[in-house]
Amino acid sequence: MATMQMRTTARAMMAPAVILLLVWMAVPLAATLYYSFQNYTLLNPVVSFAGLDNYYYFITDPNFGAAVLNTIYLVGGVLLITVVGGLFLALLIDQPIFGQGIVRILVISPFFVMPTVAALVWKNMLMNPIYGIFAWLLSLVGLPPIDFLAQIPLLSIILIVAWQWLPFATLILLTALQSLDGEQMEAAEMDGAGVVSRFIYLVLPHLSRAITVVILIETIFLLGVFAEILVTTNGGPGTASTNLPFLVYTQALLNFDVGSASAGGIIAVVVANIVAFFLMRIIGKNLEA
Amino acid sequence: MARSVTTSRRITFTIIAWVIALILFFPILWTIITSFKSEGDAIAFPPVFLNFHWTLDSYREVQERSDYLLHVWNSAAISFGSTLIALLISIPAAWAMAFNPGKRTKDILMWMLSTKMMPAVAVLVPFYLAFKNLGLLDTKLGLIIILTMMNLPIIVWMLYSYFKEIPGEILEAARMDGATLGKEIVYVLAPMAVPGIASTVLLNIILSWNEAFWTLNLSASLAAPLSTFIASYSSPEGLFWAKLSAASTLAIGPILVMGWFSQKQLVRGLTFGAVK
Repeated sequence: MATMQMRTTARAMMAPAVILLLVWMAVPLAATLYYSFQNYTLLNPVVSFAGLDNYYYFITDPNFGAAVLNTIYLVGGVLLITVVGGLFLALLIDQPIFGQGIVRILVISPFFVMPTVAALVWKNMLMNPIYGIFAWLLSLVGLPPIDFLAQIPLLSIILIVAWQWLPFATLILLTALQSLDGEQMEAAEMDGAGVVSRFIYLVLPHLSRAITVVILIETIFLLGVFAEILVTTNGGPGTASTNLPFLVYTQALLNFDVGSASAGGIIAVVVANIVAFFLMRIIGKNLEA
Repeated sequence: MARSVTTSRRITFTIIAWVIALILFFPILWTIITSFKSEGDAIAFPPVFLNFHWTLDSYREVQERSDYLLHVWNSAAISFGSTLIALLISIPAAWAMAFNPGKRTKDILMWMLSTKMMPAVAVLVPFYLAFKNLGLLDTKLGLIIILTMMNLPIIVWMLYSYFKEIPGEILEAARMDGATLGKEIVYVLAPMAVPGIASTVLLNIILSWNEAFWTLNLSASLAAPLSTFIASYSSPEGLFWAKLSAASTLAIGPILVMGWFSQKQLVRGLTFGAVK
């Protein structure tokens, strides 16, 4: 129905956003790709073609294997805690409880705490082995304190990040839960379906898409966890809590190895694209409805 | 749900929910409480919960550090600036997509979204080098540019999903009555879209305020927003927990309150409309 003139106007209105995003995406990515094939360190002004050397060195570096494993543990651990915990919390808050609004606000609050604050508060006031709350709680039950960030660095970071993302999972699953058809539930209950079978045959299928969305979106953000590592363990001890983004950061801004860091960046793109592929399909399907 | 629930069951669920909610909120509550302690009380062991000498000293000291207000200003300038610029670019685009969709509109939307999936580390190196050469390292302008582009896809998506709910017939009627495109947008669309635009702004200010990859890597002191400033407390020079808590409370306070008001928009914005 749109006239020719309207189409032209519409294109003109879209142009700035589209062109800017295109430049924003293509130019830096092309630059990273270019650097990844160069011998280029900030300490040595001579740049030469490196072929696939950067990729070879980045991948065969023992730190790379450790970083990949840590990335998988971090993403997997946080997902496990937030999805299971979020499902439980959403079901709980959806019950007719007193002060539901306030409970909801308390539960989602951690999401709004900036990552550096969250990480420092946990590192110091909760996890400090001498003065921290956890050390005090352990002492109450007669256990020795744990030096969380030195003894179990990755698990500690998983805990901190999970605390930040649990509200997200809860909020989204709760929103999805509240669109569940109450009459259907009642009908099932009258037909004698118990709590468990109602959960398995009605609630879970209804939530399946929301759960998928939570998993995919969290994965995209969790693949990029950085600030929490920087201010707590700085990737250590050794490489015990170094993930892929942190390794790239170390190569680029601490070792000044532009070529190798760029190769790492391209590897990160490949990983993220695999996840993005599935997410886009789900959102795309939704757009048609 | 209209089903009758026994009171005892309701009370049991209430107690469980409140206990869990308070545990999850505890780190924030503890930060707020600690911010009113002296440094001595802050590291007291066993910890003191409420029976200590309440003081505003830490707030005073944080404020007195001449640079604190600078970082607040940086955070505000960067998050408001980037959100507003992105909004100005996005409104026309979202208008076009919602009211004059073409064959490729859906593809363009999906492509815009896909730019959000690009991991930041992948482009850290070129941005760092370009910023270094252009003198944009540690400047507010540099961070505003980065965050504008970071926010753009989310803003277009959110505005698009709000605009879609406005019946296009109303706009057409205005056009029939002889309104120009500018008038159509300003007098007809804008008033109806205000709630949607406000929610979009709110969510994006929250996201920019808390951004902690680019700010940490591209700012050091002059342009450092609060997230970078607070990160400087991680150096092991001593235990200044009361001051860390006061600075943290001030940094998260306003955003926390904004967040409480944006729960619904948060779901919509962060799932790109996949969950409403």
